[in-house]
Amino acid sequence: MKELSQTDPLVRVRDLKIGATTDSGRSVEIIKGVSFDIAPGEIVALIGESGSGKTTIALSMMGHARTGCEIRGGEIEIAGRDVAQMSERARAALRGVDVSYVPQSAAAAFNPSKRILDQVIEISAIHKLMPKAKAEAKAVELFRALKLPDPDTIGSRFPHQVSGGQLQRLAAAMALIGDPKLVIFDEPTTALDVTTQIEVLRAFRSVMELGNIAGIYVSHDLAVVAQIADRIVVLKGGEIQEVGETQMILDAPEHPYTKELLAAFEPVRHEALPISARAEKTPILKVQNLWAGYGPKRNGEPMAKVLRNIDFSLMEGRNLGVIGESGSGKSTLARAIAGILPAYRGDVLIDGHQMPPELAKRRKEDLRQTQIVFQLADTALNPAQSIGAILSRPLAFYHGMKGAQAETRVIELLDMVRLPATLRYRLPGELSGGQKQRVNLARALAAEPRLILCDEITSALDTVVGAAVIELMKELQRELKLSYLFISHDLSTVEAICDDVLVMYKGEVVERMAADKMASDATHPYSRLLISSVPKLDPGWLDGLEQDPELIARFANR
Amino acid sequence: MPGSLTLWFLVLQRLGIALLTLLIVSFAVFFATELLPGDVAQILLGQAATPEAVAGLRHAMGLDEPAILRFFGWLAGLVHGDLGTSYVNKMPVAQLIGDRLINSLKLAGVTTVVSVPISLLMGIAAAMWRGSIFDRVISTLTISLISVPEFLVATLSVLVFAVWLGWLPALSYGADTSSFTALLKAYAMPVITLSFVISAQMIRMTRAAVIETINTPYVEMALLKGASRRRMVLGHALPNALGPIANAIALSLSYLVGGVIIVETIFNYPGVAKLMVDAVSTRDLPLIQSCAMIFCVSYLSLITLADLIAILSNPRLRH
Repeated sequence: MKELSQTDPLVRVRDLKIGATTDSGRSVEIIKGVSFDIAPGEIVALIGESGSGKTTIALSMMGHARTGCEIRGGEIEIAGRDVAQMSERARAALRGVDVSYVPQSAAAAFNPSKRILDQVIEISAIHKLMPKAKAEAKAVELFRALKLPDPDTIGSRFPHQVSGGQLQRLAAAMALIGDPKLVIFDEPTTALDVTTQIEVLRAFRSVMELGNIAGIYVSHDLAVVAQIADRIVVLKGGEIQEVGETQMILDAPEHPYTKELLAAFEPVRHEALPISARAEKTPILKVQNLWAGYGPKRNGEPMAKVLRNIDFSLMEGRNLGVIGESGSGKSTLARAIAGILPAYRGDVLIDGHQMPPELAKRRKEDLRQTQIVFQLADTALNPAQSIGAILSRPLAFYHGMKGAQAETRVIELLDMVRLPATLRYRLPGELSGGQKQRVNLARALAAEPRLILCDEITSALDTVVGAAVIELMKELQRELKLSYLFISHDLSTVEAICDDVLVMYKGEVVERMAADKMASDATHPYSRLLISSVPKLDPGWLDGLEQDPELIARFANR
Repeated sequence: MPGSLTLWFLVLQRLGIALLTLLIVSFAVFFATELLPGDVAQILLGQAATPEAVAGLRHAMGLDEPAILRFFGWLAGLVHGDLGTSYVNKMPVAQLIGDRLINSLKLAGVTTVVSVPISLLMGIAAAMWRGSIFDRVISTLTISLISVPEFLVATLSVLVFAVWLGWLPALSYGADTSSFTALLKAYAMPVITLSFVISAQMIRMTRAAVIETINTPYVEMALLKGASRRRMVLGHALPNALGPIANAIALSLSYLVGGVIIVETIFNYPGVAKLMVDAVSTRDLPLIQSCAMIFCVSYLSLITLADLIAILSNPRLRH
């Protein structure tokens, strides 16, 4: 082991190769010879889409490969020692002390049956770093540095008793307790709301700077990475496409793939379709004083009231966005309109016809006109049925189509969503995320609807794939005269497809405005907070961001 | 609603459901035995009895009352601990069952003490070293044991240990129980047979429950903190697998009270299961009903206990 001099990198990765053995016994290469350095105190971002290998590379810094994967070659030197050659025991000694990990979902990474503080200081117990009392005092210091509320007592709670944003910061405290030289952040803010993300990012950055700790920040979101990373490594298919200083990558990307990633950030203006004369009179969807909720009912009102007095209308051929943070009632709104969750008060009118609240009481013709597409294509498609069978079901139900006629229509539908006809013989498990979401869309189209309720349909997709789905939806709208109710927490996606936007907060619509004027027209304080919290592709954005602390205290979900 | 209130509500609800189930079961037991063919009075008096004598006995035994009235009378008796009188030998059912039940509970207790710790240990160890030779041997052994019928296990062990080797007495009951070693010998064979039968299931279920929690992100997190395998499994996975493990144990143990007829017969062990089969052949309704109720109560209390452990081990409800 050589001494580490001032100029030596802390991390030196050379020609790293990681392979996996599939269930069928086939061997595939996931990481195909990756090399990079990290200087002490430097934060390097690994950016790429799902399947690019960014998390796999990050975990290999700790000598860990997930089930089925193995490090097959190359060097991973951390402070002069090669992790790739270490025994499992030596790796265990390194984990938590030299290199530590902040997971994507702290909610899943905290053991539900143990107190937070015990888990935060566990590293010091495992590696016998310091006495328990000292570790606890240090944890409280970290809680304070990470701007957690009640730093002295928050540790005595259980994971389910604190919010998501707090848990994510507690996970950072857990990673920092052993004074690591390198911290791996694995998409640590992806699961958070935008207003929460800001505070978490700020907290991460300040503790990393204070301790001069190096970091690997894994993310798919360039705007988030721009706020925290010194350098960016762009990955695709297990290979490095481009490496550069953050500002350089943003201003002067060289590789076409980097340009593509950046282009997905460019706001795409949406142009409204010309409205036909008939549609101007009756809105395709009209919601009046709608109330809905969950739980046992008392006096006709459910225990948990989620939607309160929702009122809006959507003209045919127009698109209405619904934005808001988790728990604001966006998905519940779609469920109440579709009748999956019957509203207990108020009216839903589709094309001027009043709908019964319950799905079972609606006529087949009413059901046909309104279709819903869910967020997770994985769970919305029956894994045991072929794509052809999945698409044939609505054809038989709504149009009585069978046999050759249905098959022809299935091929047409697949063509509409730009998928090859041969896909109809495949099972959902054999498709990519983007393909599955297209099948999901095709299933909705099979009914020949006039209104499609889209519930976060691009949220689980990579940026580029999601942008392509949005493009497809616009084309379909022009061809088939559809109207969309588009629910999303991602403001730029909403901007790309919607004419108008509803802002929801705690089950109420707080504001309605034109989608292309969100930044300038928003008047409600919550809308302003929400819109200003969306990260921009500018490394100075977070520093320059000033938000009214009173507003944050009132509205942010921390 | 605060967590602890929800917790007590759930516990009370579970106990309420158990009581309700017991009521429904008692109803089913009573009327199912009513459906047994043959007339008790006729059987007791024999073929030669005059119809008047049979009618007189029916009246004396209260058999001519409507079934629903007799049901409530029986139920009220049960609540007060009065199990009725045997039709066959006129002895109180409680007295008939008493010794047998203690025998059954002794056997069940010893088997529990032997098999539960071994099963937990083996199941957890197999999960801890998943995929190792040890795990594969355990998996193969347990699946083979589940497939072998218990009469075969029992007969084979009699053949090997009592007949060929002569180490253990073939019959448990009436064997010498004066010293501790003698007692151990007397119980060894039925306990071994029963342990084989119930351990296999417990080992498999424990292994599955622990493996399921090992695959969670928080156990991976523990690995990334540098935790040893032991710490990962015992400290992080096991506490979260308690609910399913308790259920697996309860299901296996409930078999020990009512389902051991084959073992009791082969080893001539006078337990409740054997008593019930004898009662069926003599159409001794009060005895059958009481035995059935004992089986149901023991089954129900084990399952309820497991459910309560699952509820109480859920940190979201406890805190």
